[in-house]
Amino acid sequence: MIDGVIALYIFMLAAFTGYEVISRVPVILHTPLMSGSNFVHGIVLVGAMVALAAADTTLLRVIGVVGVVLAAGNAVGGYVVTERMLQMFVSAGRRKGP
Amino acid sequence: MTLSASSIQTLTQLSYLVAAALFILGLKRMSSPVTAVSGVRWAGAGMVLATVVTLIFMGASPFNLALVIGAIAVGGILAWVSGKRVAMTDMPQMIALYNGMGGGAAAAIAAVQLYRGGEHSVVHLTIATIGGFIGSVSFSGSLIAFAKLQGLITKSVRFGGQKFLNLAILLATVGLGFMVVSGTGPGMPAVSLFFVLALLLGVAMTLPIGGADMPVVISLYNALTGLAVGFEGFVLDNAAMIIAGTVVGAAGTLLTQLMAKAMNRSLGNVLFSNFGESSAAGGSGVTGSQKAIEASDAGVMMAYSQKIIIVPGYGLAVAQAQHKVWELTQLLIDHGVKVRFAIHPVAGRMPGHMNVLLAEAGVPYDLISDLDEINAEFETTDVALIIGANDVVNPDARANRASPIFGMPILNADKAKNVIVIKRGQGQGFSGIDNALFVLDQTRMLYGDAQAAVNQLIQAVKAAG
Repeated sequence: MIDGVIALYIFMLAAFTGYEVISRVPVILHTPLMSGSNFVHGIVLVGAMVALAAADTTLLRVIGVVGVVLAAGNAVGGYVVTERMLQMFVSAGRRKGP
Repeated sequence: MTLSASSIQTLTQLSYLVAAALFILGLKRMSSPVTAVSGVRWAGAGMVLATVVTLIFMGASPFNLALVIGAIAVGGILAWVSGKRVAMTDMPQMIALYNGMGGGAAAAIAAVQLYRGGEHSVVHLTIATIGGFIGSVSFSGSLIAFAKLQGLITKSVRFGGQKFLNLAILLATVGLGFMVVSGTGPGMPAVSLFFVLALLLGVAMTLPIGGADMPVVISLYNALTGLAVGFEGFVLDNAAMIIAGTVVGAAGTLLTQLMAKAMNRSLGNVLFSNFGESSAAGGSGVTGSQKAIEASDAGVMMAYSQKIIIVPGYGLAVAQAQHKVWELTQLLIDHGVKVRFAIHPVAGRMPGHMNVLLAEAGVPYDLISDLDEINAEFETTDVALIIGANDVVNPDARANRASPIFGMPILNADKAKNVIVIKRGQGQGFSGIDNALFVLDQTRMLYGDAQAAVNQLIQAVKAAG
């Protein structure tokens, strides 16, 4: 159990971290980074899994399954499009060389 | 399993800690082009670690475990296939779609908590409800944004009193949320109605927003989904969700602000003022007629220029013309022409959208400049070639106070000696604003699909020797 005040500390420090991580990003990486952060909140998958694992009625199972399907889509889709986008920067960068 | 309950708990928490660290380091690495690909892989490793550990230790019944694995397979495979297949030009709407799914998942977690009822504290229920609200709005709002960018919804729905209707939905949702938390409402039906109204609010909020503002909106919903995930992380005592969700919430908020600033619009402006209304009042300043040019003449003009700046916009993305444009560029460079690309921060549908497309075609970084670097160079440029861009080169943003985009930083393409604009037709652009650049004396219009038009230019330059 995460204590309430500890949770607030985590929240505050994470917020600062997010702000710092993105504040020095060149414009060309804004779209991939938005896509990357979109992938990172795919961690909602573990929450949806826990919720479905504990479901004990049909209604809760249905909602849980919907949640896990959506979360898996967020995580997997977010990863695939981010990697595809960033891959292009690599190949473009290499072609620049001699 | 022979592990005791407390060591399972510790092991799970430790894996979440490692996952959270990998997410932050991954995002950090994604913020530089050199390390970007490794960044997403680090974050991916964190995701796999957290998922596998959860799967092993969550203690589900065999039936629930089968449901979990089946649901992951269905969602994962569908997303994998769609993500691999989608064209680079359609990336913005795919981000909107996947983001909406994350918001929906957060809302589903909240729904499970609220429907189950039981002995939860008020704080617990409040956080679950707020997260469910934000997640629902992000879910339905992102789906509308997806539908708009995908061309499934082509009109921005606006009517009188819309803001009051949205406000009424918002107040009703919040009121129901209070009932749910305090337990004074009619139980289950109140929870159901709460989610229906929250979903409706996302739809109602997003429908009136014009396509030009969609990048800001998608970024905002990305931040909101992060926040919702963070809230549900509190509810589930899941540190990985709290940290990852909050980091994305903060980073997404900053990104949204950066985008809105690049368009010289405040977030409130994007959400609550209807672009179409103001432009109808202020777009009358443009007089004069557009002058057409043949591709062959334009090609000759370009082949004998010394310096050309290419300004790509959404029209290039729609026509998938990035490869042809690079072919044309190489041809011109062989002719001894100095060619540069000028990218406006909000060209296309998202910041960096054009950079991604040009990178896909293989255009090297050093030919690509952003607004501050290149704006002074237009005066010494022979030809500014505008490919499917509109608002980002509209000089009204500098000169016409009545224009809805007045004050937005633009590329000074109008300072070039000649301007060639590739455009599908004579109509207004996506934002519905007239463009003073198109009727200038030195401007010539090359009508047609961007890919076809650039192809004609390639032939013309080749013919020019």
